[in-house]
Amino acid sequence: MTTNVVRESGAAAATGGGTRPERSHARARKRIRSVVFHVFSVAVLVVILYPALWMLMSSFKPSNQIVGSVDLIPRHGSFDNYVHAFQGIGGVSFWTFLANSLGLAVLSVVGVTLSCSITAYAFSRIRFPGRGVFFACMISTLLLPFHIVVIPQYIMFNQLGMINTWWPLLLGKFLGADAFFVFLMVQFMRGLPRELDEAARMDGAGHARIFASVILPLLRPALVTSAIFAFIWSWNDFFGPLLYLKTPTSYTMPLALRLYVDQTSTSDYGAQMAMAILAILPVVLFFLAFQRHLVRGVATQGLKG
Amino acid sequence: MMTAQLASGAQHGAPRRRTTWRRRRDIGAGYAFLSPWLIGFFVLTAGPMVASLVLSFTDYDLFSAPSPVGFANYTRLFTDSNYLQAVKVTLLYVVFGAPLKLIVALAVAVLLNHARGGSGFYRSAFYLPSLIGGSVSVAIVWKAMFTDKSIVANIGSFFGGPPAESGGWVGNPSMTLPMLILLTVWQFGAPMIIFLAGLKQVPTELLESASVDGAGPVRRFTRITLPMLSPVLFFNLLLELIHSFQVFNSAFIISNGTGGPVRSTLFYTLYLYQRGFSDFQMGYASAMAWVLLVVIGLVTLMLFRTSNAWVHYGGDEK
Repeated sequence: MTTNVVRESGAAAATGGGTRPERSHARARKRIRSVVFHVFSVAVLVVILYPALWMLMSSFKPSNQIVGSVDLIPRHGSFDNYVHAFQGIGGVSFWTFLANSLGLAVLSVVGVTLSCSITAYAFSRIRFPGRGVFFACMISTLLLPFHIVVIPQYIMFNQLGMINTWWPLLLGKFLGADAFFVFLMVQFMRGLPRELDEAARMDGAGHARIFASVILPLLRPALVTSAIFAFIWSWNDFFGPLLYLKTPTSYTMPLALRLYVDQTSTSDYGAQMAMAILAILPVVLFFLAFQRHLVRGVATQGLKG
Repeated sequence: MMTAQLASGAQHGAPRRRTTWRRRRDIGAGYAFLSPWLIGFFVLTAGPMVASLVLSFTDYDLFSAPSPVGFANYTRLFTDSNYLQAVKVTLLYVVFGAPLKLIVALAVAVLLNHARGGSGFYRSAFYLPSLIGGSVSVAIVWKAMFTDKSIVANIGSFFGGPPAESGGWVGNPSMTLPMLILLTVWQFGAPMIIFLAGLKQVPTELLESASVDGAGPVRRFTRITLPMLSPVLFFNLLLELIHSFQVFNSAFIISNGTGGPVRSTLFYTLYLYQRGFSDFQMGYASAMAWVLLVVIGLVTLMLFRTSNAWVHYGGDEK
């Protein structure tokens, strides 16, 4: 803040603008503007973050004090709700749900970074007939509603006996089906100088070699962005697990959360809130750790949250 | 650019035998690198698309063989009151939710763009809801906040809304859609960031010279900023509309999968899920999916068609 004011007054002095009272007048106007901006932004911030804060605070309150209460700070705060949540549901441990979610998310990240980078290399670095047509196909799958393929996919996985396994949820990740990430990496690779490939080629490197030792190391920023989003999307995914995971021992966190809401009486909001917090916590931690990557990913590629 | 072209030109001058050998090697490598995606495309996307089109002309319950029924599934859509309700709810959500979200996103983006200090913090903070908004956790919180005797219900009844005791917004069929629209507007962060990136591209010299010529802030916004931002607006609108048509999680959680109360949250994809995966009417659900695809395709086509009139790309100015 202060540096800003200094910089601006410095700029005004450099252009030799006006007499002393004029300058201080301009400075005062700048300051008022900045105060108005911050007041407005904080107001928006409060509205935006209120639900998140309310959720966090409610998780420390006894259930009967949650719904009607506007105040954030719990009067009789305790960790009872968390103790309750950690006990799990219907004999299945909380840690089972956590391990399922984590396993799926980590494997998704592995699948997405591997398959999408290979696919993006083919689209951006190799010339072969049919590339243009397949690239157009890939782009059009970006806009394709998931529901158009979900019924035959379900029938197929059902006939293969893959219901209640991770296959239906992971196969697409390992086959580059997430066009968003392929597109992101294609865009990134197009920005890398072609001379690198040519130089490696002169040294006798084939495509596998160029990909692995030239392109892949340079692709790191795009890989990191894709990995973060792949993790978060897999973690938050509800529809896929809802379709394919049928027994509570295979449930992911969102499914467990839903089961929790179904099984506990509707008035037991406290434990629900604690469970909701635990389900969303990894995403928030990712956000805090990688917010720059996330924001850049959205700004440059239009990736959705 | 020039040097790159010259370099590739020099490549073409290489001995013919070597070029064809390299070309053949490139074709092999190209398809080798593309093979995982190709398998995925045909097995998980193109194949299922064709299959769902074929299924949409049959009755199939997953257990007995599909029996062809012609266009019966499609004609049934027009007489199915639940389906018509789902179309209505979804259209209302799309028509009000997407533009409202974009207006908020644009307004906040313009505000943040003017500020010099601290906007990075606000930008990140405003983005958080986009990241968690689609999750089950947030849907549950939303339900708790809008339910019987809850905060929002109390505030709502204070301003002349329905009494807070009657189930709140969650239990009131006329309030569930506004509640879900608020949930999507709450996630304005992602389009806001895209708008911000677009606003950074608007040359300040242009705005300054317009200001010197006596154009006020409103005029500068409508005459310079908005036209220059139109490609970004187009992109955001396309993405939001397509996403809004497919809303599922929040409605599923808040209504417990029923689409209630009184079918007021029976969104298109929720009804599709019920028909396909609760009633196992796979043929009927496939028909619904294809209608959705055609509608989304038409909306996309219309957007692209009308874009000539209102989207200004940099090259047009010359």
